[in-house]
Amino acid sequence: MATVDTTTKIRPFHVDVSEEARDDLRHRIEAGRLPSKELVEDRTQGVQLATIQKLADYWASDYDMGRVEARLNALPQFIAEIDGVDVHFIHVRSEHEDALPLIMTHGWPGSVIEMLDAIAPLTDPTAHGGSAEDGFHMVVPSLPGYGFSSEPKELGWDLGRTARAWAELMRRLGYTRYVAQGGDVGAGVTDAMGRQAPEELIGIHTNLLVPALSGTMPTNTDEERAAAAQIATFQQSGNGYFVEMATRPQTIGYALLDSPIALAAWILDHDTDAYYKIAGAFVDGQPSGNLTRDHILDNITLYWLTGTGASTARSYWEAYGPDAPAAGRPPLPPPSIPFAFTTFPGEIWRTPRSWVDASYPNVIYFNEVDKGGHFAAWEEPELFSEELRAAFRSLRDEGRSS
Amino acid sequence: MSSTVETTTEIKPFHFEVSDDQLEDLKLRIGATRWPSKELVEDRSQGVQLETLQKLARYWETDYDWRKVEQKLNALAQFTTEIDGVEIHFIHVKSAHENALPLIMTHGWPGSIIEPLETIGPLTDPTARGGEADDAFDLVLPSLPGYGFSGEPKELGWNVGRIAQAWSELMRRLGYTRYVAQGGDVGASVTDQMCRQAPKGLVGIHTNLLVTGLAGGEHTSNTEEEKAAVAALATFRASGFGYFLEQATRPQTIGYGLLDSPVALAAWMLDHDTDAYYKITSAFVDGEPSGNLTRDHILDNITLYWLTGTGASAARSYWENGQAQAAAQAAGQTPPPASLPSGFTQFPGEIFRAPRTWVEQGYPNLLYFHEADKGGHFAAWEEPELFSTEIQAAFRPLREAAATN
Repeated sequence: MATVDTTTKIRPFHVDVSEEARDDLRHRIEAGRLPSKELVEDRTQGVQLATIQKLADYWASDYDMGRVEARLNALPQFIAEIDGVDVHFIHVRSEHEDALPLIMTHGWPGSVIEMLDAIAPLTDPTAHGGSAEDGFHMVVPSLPGYGFSSEPKELGWDLGRTARAWAELMRRLGYTRYVAQGGDVGAGVTDAMGRQAPEELIGIHTNLLVPALSGTMPTNTDEERAAAAQIATFQQSGNGYFVEMATRPQTIGYALLDSPIALAAWILDHDTDAYYKIAGAFVDGQPSGNLTRDHILDNITLYWLTGTGASTARSYWEAYGPDAPAAGRPPLPPPSIPFAFTTFPGEIWRTPRSWVDASYPNVIYFNEVDKGGHFAAWEEPELFSEELRAAFRSLRDEGRSS
Repeated sequence: MSSTVETTTEIKPFHFEVSDDQLEDLKLRIGATRWPSKELVEDRSQGVQLETLQKLARYWETDYDWRKVEQKLNALAQFTTEIDGVEIHFIHVKSAHENALPLIMTHGWPGSIIEPLETIGPLTDPTARGGEADDAFDLVLPSLPGYGFSGEPKELGWNVGRIAQAWSELMRRLGYTRYVAQGGDVGASVTDQMCRQAPKGLVGIHTNLLVTGLAGGEHTSNTEEEKAAVAALATFRASGFGYFLEQATRPQTIGYGLLDSPVALAAWMLDHDTDAYYKITSAFVDGEPSGNLTRDHILDNITLYWLTGTGASAARSYWENGQAQAAAQAAGQTPPPASLPSGFTQFPGEIFRAPRTWVEQGYPNLLYFHEADKGGHFAAWEEPELFSTEIQAAFRPLREAAATN
């Protein structure tokens, strides 16, 4: 009975972008009014003019505006209304029998675009150097207010509420034993899922150490002090976008909806490592891994076409803002379910193992890899997939033996 | 002798007339705005409200006329002069009264020379408004580097200290040997720097934002008034500081939106302090402006930013000050004392109401302090008559000092 009832609440989804919308975007890029050049030779005053000019040229002239539609529609997409929000998600089942269901959450300024090239290695490992036992059934949702999910119409969509919605989504899909993964905001949602510990969730993996953003971490070793210094740098000069979105998402939203150039700049002005990699792709024609011009513009174009600059910024207001309903609410205790973590070297700070152990009591996996940054799944999908296989392998064994 | 001749030749008359095409482009862009959905709150806590901005955009596109303020500006004596590599624009209105006191008055962000326009009459021509000839000023109103009609700095280092040096050079070029300075917001920081540099000729200052309080200096928090000011500052830092931090760290990034989208520019400029935000909202949504903060005056200022394309360069001025502060902090430097005679007026709507005790701690040589009963952060703009009365009262003792000398 319940199964029948819930499946009716999931409907197939197909992206359909009008020619008019694409033309309007191209026209706006071409009509862009640009400021004078920054007065420095690095990113310290923000996204550099040469980077934006190259990006705008490519976007208007060479980029195929139909890419987002084509890439997404090649995958099975669905909408499920949960708690008043239409949640968009990609759902790709592995052909392997014992595949482990995995819900993987993107962050800001990301989208499901980040995850697209990790889907094949994770669902079809035998075609990507893995074994059949490493297969995952993949559920890749768009956060509320992001991409093709609808915008919350009421306050209160903090990370915890999204985490509860994800547990409900997995329940509706009939998954009774699954794992969760995320970076950036997705790490926040995944961390919250771990703390809420829905019965069916057996383990989580993140690639951003959420508790380090708010808590005090030990600074005894050189590695720990280096990580603390990186966080301090971020908080001193790299979190303007963060504070603006956490306090005045509507204000910045006007720019993000009305100007493609403003949107591109705001999205590019994330962490230092990713910024220079993206600038490298546009200015020097040297992308880092999978962070190619087309892939970067797929993500920005998705934000533009869905008009979600303001609603995504609001998610920061809800999650981190001083005026949000969730403000000042103490977090749930750390999750006791198995926790796995991968340190990617280009991340805002390089998380030491000791910090992971200090944050989560039940660490089953830790590894530091040799490449990749904040957008690990996007930049290094193969390596990222290998990490997830390794991180969750021990949980599969338990599943089989029990 | 020769230097006077040399410098006066460097001052060129200035006149501005925008093309019809540029005005048309602006209106087309406003009309083509792609709007976000409405905020999820009923106040400003998520930022500039959709209704406010839509009302502003409608008025801007259909009723507003830039040519009126353009004519008003061109009717004033405007000049440019190159100082330290930057073309400085300024309005210069000399009083008809003989013993007028020269005053250099500096606007802030998100302001411009539009802010003090309505104070020119009362300050230069007090007798026309029932005031005394003895209260007259010769008025110099410069545009900050990177703002309005001043040129954009082409090199690093244009922090408020350097601007203060440029202002004393400007007054020297104009031949003023005994003058005062005034400012609010960034203009208060420039004026504070002038006070500390104490250039020859500067005899006193007045500010209407307590820079030393904003910088988090050592101020007491014993009285109710002091505690209230501490709390107001804490609120500002917790939730009202996003624009400040973004401009101080990534001015170029926000600059793209400010140059490319008129509504993005308007929203960014409206999202200043709470008091001014609600007053401006009321002008557009309820048709009830506060004092001189009318729809036209607000749009005069925003349109000036748009037509001059100075969103990014104005934002860079915050970055420069952030760099200067960080460098001073790292070097363990404390600023030189503010020893010149200083005046301060507390306007009740300001981000924080600076208590007299704090002003005395910041400016030991306090010659004037007063709490006005109305006005806010943009005091000169919102309440030009009251503001002018304050400036007259604040500097009166310095005129008497000169007279007895």
